[in-house]
Order: sequence, then structure tokens, then C-alpha cells
Amino acid sequence: MEIEAEALAVERGGRIVVTNISFWLGAGEALAITGPNGAGKSSLLRALAGLLPFAGGAIRTDPERERLAELCHYVGHADALKPSLTIFENLEFWAALLAGTEIEKRPDKIEAALAKLGLARIADLPCAYLSAGQRRRAALARLAAIERPLWLLDEPSTALDAASQAALGEMMKSHLSSGGMIIAATHAPLPVPARELALGLTQ
Amino acid sequence: MTGPLAALLIRELRIGRRIGGAASMGVVFFLCLVTITPFAVGPDLKLLARIAPAILWIAALLATLLGLDRLFQADADDGSLDLFFLSDTPLELIVLVKCLAHWLLTGLPLVAASPVFGLMLGLPPQALGPVALSLLIGTPALTLLGAIGAGLTVSLRRGGLLLSILVLPLSVPVLIFGVSAASAGTETPMPVATPFLILGGLTLGAIALAPFAVALALRNAAE
Repeated sequence: MEIEAEALAVERGGRIVVTNISFWLGAGEALAITGPNGAGKSSLLRALAGLLPFAGGAIRTDPERERLAELCHYVGHADALKPSLTIFENLEFWAALLAGTEIEKRPDKIEAALAKLGLARIADLPCAYLSAGQRRRAALARLAAIERPLWLLDEPSTALDAASQAALGEMMKSHLSSGGMIIAATHAPLPVPARELALGLTQ
Repeated sequence: MTGPLAALLIRELRIGRRIGGAASMGVVFFLCLVTITPFAVGPDLKLLARIAPAILWIAALLATLLGLDRLFQADADDGSLDLFFLSDTPLELIVLVKCLAHWLLTGLPLVAASPVFGLMLGLPPQALGPVALSLLIGTPALTLLGAIGAGLTVSLRRGGLLLSILVLPLSVPVLIFGVSAASAGTETPMPVATPFLILGGLTLGAIALAPFAVALALRNAAE
């Protein structure tokens, strides 16, 4: 799979925050979006996920797809965990909703995803009792539990300890080696080789 | 494993049950409204019995609307709403299932409690059936109309009052035919079936149209 973006622009509250962004991303490649606070990294990611409209530009994918939304994972600042449900229940629900109907057996995949991020032992704990790092790991477990080719990650390593960052790095590596793609907004360098897309502040 | 919509319904019902109080709170609020009415109207049992269907319907309307402002806001706050957009399940169906779960948790208990509250207001026993039936048919329409308001106010912090202001005018037809269906047992000149049929039509119309309006509102709010 390939993605080609040409002259993208994103508007927030009547102000153009990102303009004239072009990049090309092939299978197994990662793109790190960097830039100071307020440069529009999150807005660009949300727009790529289809959560914000583009103010200009075009995205082409090969094979042709109208929307990127169904192809991508989006892990943003909010972790989409319900405090009253356990980690397992939260993940099970997202697996059912995001993986659609064609996926066959998932329980083992969910457990494997939780194990990868070191959450297996606390899978039955309601998310209300989790620490910030544990919540982030539970959100990242979606990436491993449901297969989608494009990962859109907004500051993925926030609140993660060293061991979890290493686990995330492993997940990213195996995702790329199986032909997946990653676009991440980040201040820290990504644990995988990535091209850099630097955003500046627009006036 | 279950399909996406069944998983959503299970999730909503689980959350409702664990957080608790959603169902019982609606019924207790319903009870409060029904209980204070006689204090306002006075101890005239005949008058009370005559306006009882109207009181029950207004109480059901308010009890339904009051719980609705968090219907999508909770999901918007924690990022779940973003992920709904990434699903290949249409947002309209997701909205419909969320409304169904909300109705099962708040509307259905009201229907079940209404005969008891009808007795408290002095309704004759033969009128209790039509009241409960009219609420059973009509309250889904109230939930769906309220969901439109919930979708429109999803990005507002204190959207509860605005939601009611937006939705109350829309709920007038449901209220009119709901009350006339509920009084069909007590008042003679009206043919019994007519208001029930119109009420059923309103609910079916709401089921068919409201999810599209809600999904449109949510998509706009996401920007």
C-alpha cells in the first residue's frame, strides 16, 4: 500500500494551522511529524484520520480508497477507555467495532495484545483504577489487537516507562516489517527508522 | 464473538449497569414529579384522575430528556467518538444502537413503573393499560428526538438545558398523541386505535430519520 499526500492544508477555528504539506509513504515506512507546540501536528493527524476536513490538497492511496478512516488506527491524547469497564472489555469492544465482521476469532488476539504491553495481569481491572501509563498502554493495545495498515499515533510514548517504550518499539518494528505504515507526531525520536516531516509555526 | 453492533449494545448496557443509578434514577425522578403534582393541583381526586395521563407523559418526557445530555458527550470526552468514525459500521447504526441501549436503561423502567404511578394519581384500573402502552410506543420517539439534541450539543460543556430547549418543541406531536392515546381508555368520544396508530407512526418515523440527523450533527461537531 502507498499513500501520497499533496499540498495538504488544515484549518482550525477559521485559521490555517498547517499548509502545503506533501509526503509520500510506501509499505513498511514510517513518517515522524515534528515541530513545536501548536505547529499543527495533532490537527494534521486528525485530518488524515478523517476526523477533520482538509482545507486544501489531496490524498491518493494505492490501491484506491476514498477514505483513509477504515484503514487506520488513531491513538490520540484521549484513550477511549470507559472507566467502568475492564481493560479486556474495553479492548474486546473496540476489536468488535473496528475489526468489522470479517475477522474470525479474536479472544486470543486480544490476550496476545495485552501480553505484549504487559497488561495481561491487570486485564480484569476496571480502567478507572489505572495509572496514566497503564491507560496509554491499554489504548496502544488496540494497535496489536486489530490489524490495520496505517497507524496514526499522536505522541505515542507519552507517560510510558522504559520497558513499555521498548514494547511499543517492538510493535512498531513488526508492524513495519509486515508492510504496515506509521505516521506519528512526536517530540522524542521514534524507535524505528523514519523520515521526518518538520512543521513550522504559520503566522 | 459478536458483531460490532451487538458488542456496542453489550458495552452500553454494561456501562449503564456498572455506573448504576441510570435506570433507577429516572424512575425516582418520575416518582418525584408524580408525587409533587397533587400538592400543586390540590386534593381533588377527580381532577387528578382526569389529568393523570398528561402528568405521566410530561414526567416521562422530562425524565427522558434529563439523562440524555451525556449520551454522546461521554464518548466525545474520552475519545470513543473519534474511534466510532474509524469503524466501517455506519455512524447512523451506532447512533441507533446507543439510543436503543439508552431506552432500555431509562425508557423501559418508566413504562414498567407507570401503572403504579397511575394508581397513585387515582387512575381507574382499566385506564392503566392504555397509559403504559402509550408510553411503551411513544417513549422511543422521545429518546430519539432527544438524541438529536444530544448530538447538537455534544461539544458544549453545559448542554443539558439547551438540549431541552431544542427538543421540547419537537416533542409536541409525540406528547399530543401520547396523551390522547393514554386517555383513550377514560375518555369516550375518541376511537381507541387512532392515537395509538399515529403515535406508532411518529416513533417509526423517528427511528427512520433521527439517526441520520444525529450522525450529521456529530460529524459537524467533530470539526
